[in-house]
Amino acid sequence: MIGTGGAYGKLYGGPVVRDLLAVYTTIVRAVPELVLILLLYYAGTDLINQLLTAIGYQRIDISGLAAGIAVLGFVQGAYSTEVIRGAILAIPQGQIEAARAYGMSPGLLLRRITLPAMLPFAIPGLANLWLIATKDTALLAVVGFNELTLETRQAAGVTKAYLIFYVAAGVLYLLLSLFSNLVIGRIEAWSRRGMPSLKEAR
Amino acid sequence: MTAQGTEPAVKHTAQNGAAEAIHVENLHKKFGKLHVLKGVSLSARDGEVIAIIGGSGSGKSTLLRCINCLENPTSGIIRVNGEEIKLKADSHGHTVPADRKQIERIRSKLGMVFQNFNLWSHMTLIENVIEVPVHVLGVKRDEAIAQAEKLLARVGLAEKRDVYPAYLSGGQQQRAAIARALAIHPRVMLFDEPTSALDPELVGEVLKVIGDLAREGRTMVLVTHEMKFAREVATHVVYLYNGLVEEEGPPEQIFGTPKSERLKQFIRNIG
Repeated sequence: MIGTGGAYGKLYGGPVVRDLLAVYTTIVRAVPELVLILLLYYAGTDLINQLLTAIGYQRIDISGLAAGIAVLGFVQGAYSTEVIRGAILAIPQGQIEAARAYGMSPGLLLRRITLPAMLPFAIPGLANLWLIATKDTALLAVVGFNELTLETRQAAGVTKAYLIFYVAAGVLYLLLSLFSNLVIGRIEAWSRRGMPSLKEAR
Repeated sequence: MTAQGTEPAVKHTAQNGAAEAIHVENLHKKFGKLHVLKGVSLSARDGEVIAIIGGSGSGKSTLLRCINCLENPTSGIIRVNGEEIKLKADSHGHTVPADRKQIERIRSKLGMVFQNFNLWSHMTLIENVIEVPVHVLGVKRDEAIAQAEKLLARVGLAEKRDVYPAYLSGGQQQRAAIARALAIHPRVMLFDEPTSALDPELVGEVLKVIGDLAREGRTMVLVTHEMKFAREVATHVVYLYNGLVEEEGPPEQIFGTPKSERLKQFIRNIG
């Protein structure tokens, strides 16, 4: 979602929107994710709480899970902005032009033409991002989120059975990736409807 | 190669009293420093078939694309169905449409057919044809499908309704694109070099479809390199040279007794 909005803003937005997005994608992609997670979690929750107290609400306790998802989404958004921007640029311009020539409004054009037409070009990149994201959850351990790697380390530390627990964790990540691949493969095949496969074209 | 078996005598001629569907007055278009259109005027009454001819770079495609604001004219007046397109200058000094809704409404009355077909590749032919009626014009889906089936049958593609464009020949794609344009019940059809991207043996099938439409009295503006075809179907021919109308008139005059030296040479070179 962030990626689509970001890509649209970068391609069609005014100068201010474009500059803001350039700052966002540059900073987020330049700073290591671990640093960003720590920064956004501690500084972010602090900021939200200050804001809440300022307008007269009680401080809230933001859970590690919610914060983790928000931070990963924020980081992934920056990367997918570029993936989707590339995918939109790969659509034959004539198809967009035809939609404009028939009186489609910008929203309709995005929904009916741009998104479905860019999907086949975006899926490989987005699939990469998704697989990276599933493993980035390990980084969320630093904000006290009990994800797989942290749990494994604790279990292994207590029982001293390092090999078993870490292999088991690896297998779990592998299964998650395989399942993701299956789903992504389905989505990609669907999104490429109407495109002859390269094998046939040869 | 062109539409065969048609005598010029059956050509539809517009009555003088017909309403003006498209009116272009003193149109200028600049791309940066390049001055492509230098004050062109054009008029198409209901039932007229206007053919725009000219060498490459003469501005004929740009003129057509200005009519539905795919290119924003630098200055000039464009009226479609008597409604003048409102233009304004943006912060960079470019002319842009002042009213997006107006442009969208006008565009949905103009059926554009492109040189490169520009069918939507993620939709089958029938989906391509119903897309605009259903999502822009608000026609009910089953009505749109029924109509689209008739239109596809008309251009000889009934059995290809569930095929994706990438699996069709250029001629088939262009005929489907014509069906897509017809589906919006256009007041005027705009053709931008509809046969220029086709293999020579496929040109005929597309010209036949366009010729049939012309003969049934549809209003069209047609940019073309097919002189023989222009002579057969057009009611009025406009020869553009270097961003200006060099000569215009009925096809017999333009192709039979051209006055301008440039036009004479152009016809000699192309014929």
